[in-house]
Amino acid sequence: MSARLTIQQAGPAMSLQDQGRPGYRAEGLTVGGAADRVALFEGAALLGQSPDCAAIEMAGSGGTFVSDTDVRIALTGAEMTAKIDGEVVIWNASHLLHAGAKLTIGGARNGSYGYLHVGGGFDTPLVMGARGSHLAGGIGGLLQTGDTLPVGPDKGREVSMTLPKPDRFGGGKIRVVASMQTGAFTPETIQRFVSTTFRRDARANRMGVRMDFDGDGFATEEQLSIVSEVVVPGDVQISGDGAPYVLMFECQTTGGYPRIGAVLPCDLPRVAQAQAGAALQFEFVEMEEAVAAQARHLAELKALPGKVTPLVRDPARIRDLLSYQLVGGAVSATADPFEEEI
Amino acid sequence: MTDWPRINTVGLSGVLVTFAGAMSEPANRAALAFRAAVDNEDWPEVTETSTSLVSTFLQVDLSSTPAEAMKDRLEALLKSCDWFSAPLPSGRKLWHVPTVYGTDLGPQLEEAAQVAGVDPDAAIREISTSRVRVLTIGFAPGQPYMGELSETWNIPRQQGLTKSVPAGALVIAIRQLIVFTNDTPTGWRHIGQTHFKTFRPNEAEPFTLAPGDELTFPAISRAEYDEIGRKDTSGLGGATQEVLA
Repeated sequence: MSARLTIQQAGPAMSLQDQGRPGYRAEGLTVGGAADRVALFEGAALLGQSPDCAAIEMAGSGGTFVSDTDVRIALTGAEMTAKIDGEVVIWNASHLLHAGAKLTIGGARNGSYGYLHVGGGFDTPLVMGARGSHLAGGIGGLLQTGDTLPVGPDKGREVSMTLPKPDRFGGGKIRVVASMQTGAFTPETIQRFVSTTFRRDARANRMGVRMDFDGDGFATEEQLSIVSEVVVPGDVQISGDGAPYVLMFECQTTGGYPRIGAVLPCDLPRVAQAQAGAALQFEFVEMEEAVAAQARHLAELKALPGKVTPLVRDPARIRDLLSYQLVGGAVSATADPFEEEI
Repeated sequence: MTDWPRINTVGLSGVLVTFAGAMSEPANRAALAFRAAVDNEDWPEVTETSTSLVSTFLQVDLSSTPAEAMKDRLEALLKSCDWFSAPLPSGRKLWHVPTVYGTDLGPQLEEAAQVAGVDPDAAIREISTSRVRVLTIGFAPGQPYMGELSETWNIPRQQGLTKSVPAGALVIAIRQLIVFTNDTPTGWRHIGQTHFKTFRPNEAEPFTLAPGDELTFPAISRAEYDEIGRKDTSGLGGATQEVLA
């Protein structure tokens, strides 16, 4: 019997996401998919399955979930408070969610997007080759209270596994390369762009993340007469108000605002996950360095399954701690431990 | 030797071939024809191609394929023909999309006519008999930017935004027409209304139009429009199509 996960209470911005729907740029549809692709790879590694499986993306906060059969789950991305039937469970790890048990996921403590994965992945019908909702494009939509999602057949068994804690949630340095319109900006503007500390604006969604800053806006001389041109995720667009927007996977396919540079794909999760107010700085790197950084990143993603380790239980989190035999191996503090060896 | 075409990298996402610094019919033709030529080359590194108004984009993972290798091949292909006068790709379609002009369904027809300096009847006559080409698709899935209309229609976008123009709206500015995919805020003037859906995600062919397709927007009455609305289940809103030779 295949499992079904019911959303008893949906957070304000949850949607089903995957690696997106490539191949439709010419028809006006960008790839879409999870804002933080790395989180998908982490969930897949924890559950021992394909990173193409669909997961629930939770922007800002999660919700309450119940499954009709035992399912394996994994929690990745922005760290959120998670409990199963009131007992805290560890983020960035896999767990068994028993039939009827209530999984509650609260607000993000760091980062912006948390992910709930299930063993076997969510098995909703494919739309144009993928399951992810493209909110701006009108495919699928936000998950709602009362929605029930089918879970695919799960071939794995392992739970209580974890991965090293990721560090992409606090903003920081974002590497960009020059792109097709970088030359339209004066060297002075570029210099000011890289020496400005930006703050992730609260105005951010799956289409783009606005960068807040103090001082004058950025612009090119021919800002308003530029011919509309292709947009790719990672483009740093200077909008009409002079603020940079980093365009995300659900951006439009073309745009008339100039792009000052393009964020390296490997640094895009860091932009997506920066919380409102987090400080970000842009740094131009040469193509050669960008290529090397991206290659390293892809190798790291590939190596993730090898980094999965069993979750060591933290005694502080064991509810029935006193029922455990904890002192059986105790020795005298005054006895010489080597004496008996002789 | 002119400045055009130019080859640029687009982040690590691909390579862009740009044929002009501003929209023109020959540059748009070049972009469409060159995209077809690139598709025909079937280079394994190219995972996707598209056109914007005056450019052809090749999606290539530049972290595994050096940009220089792509540039050399593109330069060779660019030299093989005069793309500005190249024939348009084959297999394109000609669509006729029934449209109500003016009335409360196209409330800015008179205003657009006034800005263009023609009377409303002449405006309807000209626009409803003009044949336009899909110059590019963008902003929303399947949403066509079509042109070019005669110089009469080189009218700017209005200053303010109209809060919401419905899906299927025919809007006009800068010698171009758009049929909106979704309800959209816009600075383009809303001159007519269709039942033509440009994006149907649950159909086998979700996108109605392709870049290079041509269209006319023949005028129909309000009664005919309502009739189409009642009867049409395809989402094409009574539009008919033929394949261009």
